[in-house]
Amino acid sequence: MTSEKAHIGQSYRRESALRHLSGRGQFVTDLALPRMLHAAFVRSPMARGKIVELGVDDAAGSPGVVRVFTAETLNGKCEPWIGTLDHFANMQSSTQNMLADGEVLWVGHPVVMIVAHSRAEAEDACELVMMDIEDDMAVVDGNAALMADSPLASSGISSNMCFQTVLETPDLESAFAQAAHVVEGNFNFGRHTAVTLEPRAIIADFDRSTGQLNVHHGTQTPYQFQDVYARHFGLSEGKVRVIAPDVGGSFGMKLHVYNEEMATVAASLTIGRPVRFVADRLESFVSDIHARDHRVSARMALDADGTIVAMDVDDMTQIGAFSTYPRTSVAEGNQVIRLMGAPYRMPDYRGRLSVVFQNKVQTSQYRAVGHPIACAVTEALVEYAAEKLELDPFEIRQRNLIADDAYPHTSATGYQFEKLSHQASLEKLRALMRYDTLRDEQATLRKQGVYRGIGIATFVEITNPGATFYGVGGARISAQDGAVVRLTPAGDVHCAISVTEQGQGTETIIAQVVADQLGVTPDKVKVVTGDTDTTPSGGATWACRGAGIGGETALRAGRKLQAQILTLAGEILQADPTHLKLANGAVVDATTGNERITLAEIGRIATYRPDTLPNGCDNSLTAAQHFAPSGYPFDFTNGVQASYVEVDIETGITRLLKHWVVEDCGRIINPLLVDEQIRGGVVQGLGPAFFEECLYDDIGQMTNATLAEYLVPMAGEMPDIEIAHIETPTLDTILGAKGVGEAGTAAAGAAAMNAVNDALRPLGARISQTPMTPLRILKALGHV
Amino acid sequence: MKTEITLTINGEAVQEAVTPRTSLADLLRDNLRLTGTHLGCEMGSCGACLVMLDGAPVHACLVLAVQASGHTVKTVEGLNESGEIADLQQNFYERNALQCGFCTSGMMMSAQALLAANPGPTRDEIRDALSGNYCRCTGYEAIIDAISATAAQRMTNAGEAQ
Repeated sequence: MTSEKAHIGQSYRRESALRHLSGRGQFVTDLALPRMLHAAFVRSPMARGKIVELGVDDAAGSPGVVRVFTAETLNGKCEPWIGTLDHFANMQSSTQNMLADGEVLWVGHPVVMIVAHSRAEAEDACELVMMDIEDDMAVVDGNAALMADSPLASSGISSNMCFQTVLETPDLESAFAQAAHVVEGNFNFGRHTAVTLEPRAIIADFDRSTGQLNVHHGTQTPYQFQDVYARHFGLSEGKVRVIAPDVGGSFGMKLHVYNEEMATVAASLTIGRPVRFVADRLESFVSDIHARDHRVSARMALDADGTIVAMDVDDMTQIGAFSTYPRTSVAEGNQVIRLMGAPYRMPDYRGRLSVVFQNKVQTSQYRAVGHPIACAVTEALVEYAAEKLELDPFEIRQRNLIADDAYPHTSATGYQFEKLSHQASLEKLRALMRYDTLRDEQATLRKQGVYRGIGIATFVEITNPGATFYGVGGARISAQDGAVVRLTPAGDVHCAISVTEQGQGTETIIAQVVADQLGVTPDKVKVVTGDTDTTPSGGATWACRGAGIGGETALRAGRKLQAQILTLAGEILQADPTHLKLANGAVVDATTGNERITLAEIGRIATYRPDTLPNGCDNSLTAAQHFAPSGYPFDFTNGVQASYVEVDIETGITRLLKHWVVEDCGRIINPLLVDEQIRGGVVQGLGPAFFEECLYDDIGQMTNATLAEYLVPMAGEMPDIEIAHIETPTLDTILGAKGVGEAGTAAAGAAAMNAVNDALRPLGARISQTPMTPLRILKALGHV
Repeated sequence: MKTEITLTINGEAVQEAVTPRTSLADLLRDNLRLTGTHLGCEMGSCGACLVMLDGAPVHACLVLAVQASGHTVKTVEGLNESGEIADLQQNFYERNALQCGFCTSGMMMSAQALLAANPGPTRDEIRDALSGNYCRCTGYEAIIDAISATAAQRMTNAGEAQ
């Protein structure tokens, strides 16, 4: 293939899939190192209390136990951390360290660490720890936490308000005063969690002889952890290597700093042997970050013809006892209030955010940070308005979406959109789902007592974030990425890059991008990721930046190497490099396409016979390139989803019949992988819409912390998902790619809630709480 | 106190001394380093640890190693090397029916058992057969497609063989 874009845009399969299919995955949980020890933690059984006494002598004498650590013996090894950032003005959070010191602040808070020859022996010893904790009044509910007489969720804060902010346009009040119609709703979005199939896993391996710390860590951000471990344990960065091999799912959950991971590193530094910690499923539920947990009251003002003129939103979100480090627990709420109304021309807006401490597991960034909440509230209000004005859901959206020819556009919340395709997407969705036929079918079935509903949700997704996201707030989180591309002596290509792979296909798309720059096929490009010693430093994978930023980095690195190869070929061939190009694994004549010299021959000469090159000729066949996004602060994507459901009004059980997505992520590098990101994302949005919820009782005990009781979406409940695309490449980069990993999650729940309410509408019922469990639907129907 | 057990794993005779509480999953993963069998919940809910015990899928986290003594176990490594799931693997690969790969060996165990019992399953039957296999990445559709394609190919091949 000689076309410059031969490989970008094609559905290459993932080579790493072959390893997994053969049982040859290499997860941290699979790794066993010589003399490795195993850690287990004794955790707080109560949500809030004072540690009166810890008795660890029996545990220390238990068979197989090597060391027992408490806050007194471990915390001094680690510089404490605080989950605040400067760009969230006046936010507060208590100082954290590895083991609970003096007070326990949530059920699951690690108190004692036991290191033994096996996990089983460590767990046996946990049973022997005597823990005397004096029960204190826990802060459980966010609204109660803000009352003047509420106890504090931790001793290091001045109030239970972590962060508050208001965005407001000047004409908000008059917009509502003059509105022909106002619709409003109160929404409750349950707390859920990531439930990656591979739990959090880490092996810290400190070698006292050299001072080298190697950390095998199931994370999506190895460089961030290299920096964290170096700074918090007083090591030089060059002596810290973080290796993230295969990671069994992450979705944002594995990029936060956790007590147990820090304690595992501290234990290895102390003992000088490899120490392994793998969370079991029960501990995952009470220590992995939770997500969402919002109460939102919102209203929308419209003029007489259904034009949206303003939204007024108040979001109260409950984040646990601390703000997470180093990204905070504020980013979620911040994005909720900034993404409200984003697809629409709506000129006026007020968004209030209250981020509140309580004694539960910390919440923080999880796939599609803030998006599902903003989308569900906005799209529910649009639906309420359509009902009030007797407009079809498509019609009201057509009237209000930002026109495809009206870019650039700045939203009422201040987001700048380079170019989106809402109108084209909506039109495409209508055809894709055969909307009119579906409405007919719905009407026919309703006469037979079958309650089906159709729900639509438009959305905007934040991708390719620059340094405004975290860097400006003082976080040492990289917004740039780096790649080193080299031609091997045999003429193959090797690319080491800072973006990481958790199964989404990062390595495959990077190979495609590099292949196109060097005139080879992707199978000739070996891509290496996830190791701070072997790849250049960069932000890695979060907030939908792998394809857009990582891809652009690879493209530019590939072009740099292309220029080097052509220059060298020009020297060898005594030809003008501008008359040469790369194709089919060779240097070819740019005009005729005739082969002049193969890449293998160039590799051979440069490596083994540089003596035959002209004097002073640079034989380098390695190119390094870093890239930081510039131009727009984010590359927004857009799309629209539709859900078709059937509600059994006797049982409250919803059956998901079908789901559709039209999405615009700019240049598509690999259509197969893009579609599978969307499908997986949709199901991760449908899970919390119908099933997933971390349930707590009124003293802060999580009551469903097992995989038998916490319901995740399974194959039998999930619908087939049909997908179509619009492609609007960003002009900020050469590649033009934006992110796609969060699009599915952003709007799936919103579409589903609208669909359920469409089914319930003839019965005069409405639900505005997730998950939409059968019981809640029956309550909405007034049946219970 | 350890107990001697003997069993056949992937066609090879294995003799091990295990504690009574050692699960089959821990025997496979820790003692024998057959790490293609994964642990996701250790309570039989997620399906990541499914292996074939005397030809039927079982949760290796819920079977004690001593219970497997005298029996025959096949893991993903064995099924891979014998070639008996080659078509299933190929269809998972082509359809991108896995992302992180952690659920994959368990998915293939359920698929293999389903196709043995029901060679021509409908999509709904495939979805039902995976009711004990949790996947957080794919949304399941690609997995259903891959199993469906494998069923169709096996039916065709069986037809040609007759």
